[in-house]
Amino acid sequence: MPPLPAGRVLQVVQAPDPVLATPGMMVDPTAPEVIALAADLLATQAVSPGCVGLAAQQVGIAWRVFSVDVTGHPKARTCHGEFVLCNAVVESATRKERGREGCMSVPDFTGDVARARRLVVRGQLPVTGEWVTLETDAFEAVALQHEIDHTDGMIFLDRVAGPHAVHPRRTYL
Amino acid sequence: MTLPPPVLAVTVLGDDRPGIVAELTEALAGVGGNLEDSTMTLLRGHFAMVVLVRTGASQEDVESAMAPLAQSGGLSVDVRSLPDPAHLSGAGQPFTLRVHGADRPGIVASITRVLARHQGNIVDLGTRLGSALYVLMAEVMLPEGTDVEAVQADLAEAASGLGVDVSLHPVDDDLL
Repeated sequence: MPPLPAGRVLQVVQAPDPVLATPGMMVDPTAPEVIALAADLLATQAVSPGCVGLAAQQVGIAWRVFSVDVTGHPKARTCHGEFVLCNAVVESATRKERGREGCMSVPDFTGDVARARRLVVRGQLPVTGEWVTLETDAFEAVALQHEIDHTDGMIFLDRVAGPHAVHPRRTYL
Repeated sequence: MTLPPPVLAVTVLGDDRPGIVAELTEALAGVGGNLEDSTMTLLRGHFAMVVLVRTGASQEDVESAMAPLAQSGGLSVDVRSLPDPAHLSGAGQPFTLRVHGADRPGIVASITRVLARHQGNIVDLGTRLGSALYVLMAEVMLPEGTDVEAVQADLAEAASGLGVDVSLHPVDDDLL
């Protein structure tokens, strides 16, 4: 990850805010406002307990930018540390397993969602705009799919496995 | 300060056919009802639904609105007022319970009695009977600090007596 300027902590928006249902625009990863957003996402994620990823839609901006950091999570195997990707797409997704996930933007519910545990994602780094391919697995793969969904204007409720797959959310921390 | 109207529980049971949910919810909307939690399923072909609704209309008005549904044949409708719960369930750790085996009377009673002895609270449950196979799936909240291995051992003992298979696994949920 290229170094980023210091970011600001932004307010996280919650469903049913329409921005969460808005597919993101492609961005120029070298543009100053995109670099600033990348830094803001990491700063906001860092002060949010238990948060392992944050998408632009969650801070009110419908762009194709998100951050992820699963460092130290007990379910992580492959871990690329803290990073931001722009214009990311899933290249391949295999070994689907069902898990229960929650989201900072959906405070009342969790949901059972099938997500691939083997994943290849292609996207651009902020600042340089370099295209990178990430191969990952386990929890980082789940986090990436969750964030890429946000950039497509989807939340986990758009993927829950059936009528008994939405649950009241417990207190996490 | 005006108190919110009490929540009414509307229960509908009977012969299944297309359109029951639409008719029921249109009738509730017609008396200004705002739906809250609800669940509906088919139990061996029988329609079964419970819906919680708040409305400024009286219980009698809601019952009147439901009358055409009840009169359309094959459906029984019950409307009753519910007090707000003294506390919201959901404290503790969630577990998934799975039971399957040859059908016989007493499976659900024996298994859930074990959970109750450990203060387990069932928050979701479904059972299905096949031609001979009985299946039970439930989500259970166990209090913090529960000796889960002891619960699993007690379940295994009960299941052994019934000749069924049982498993109890924690539900992992992750904030993303």
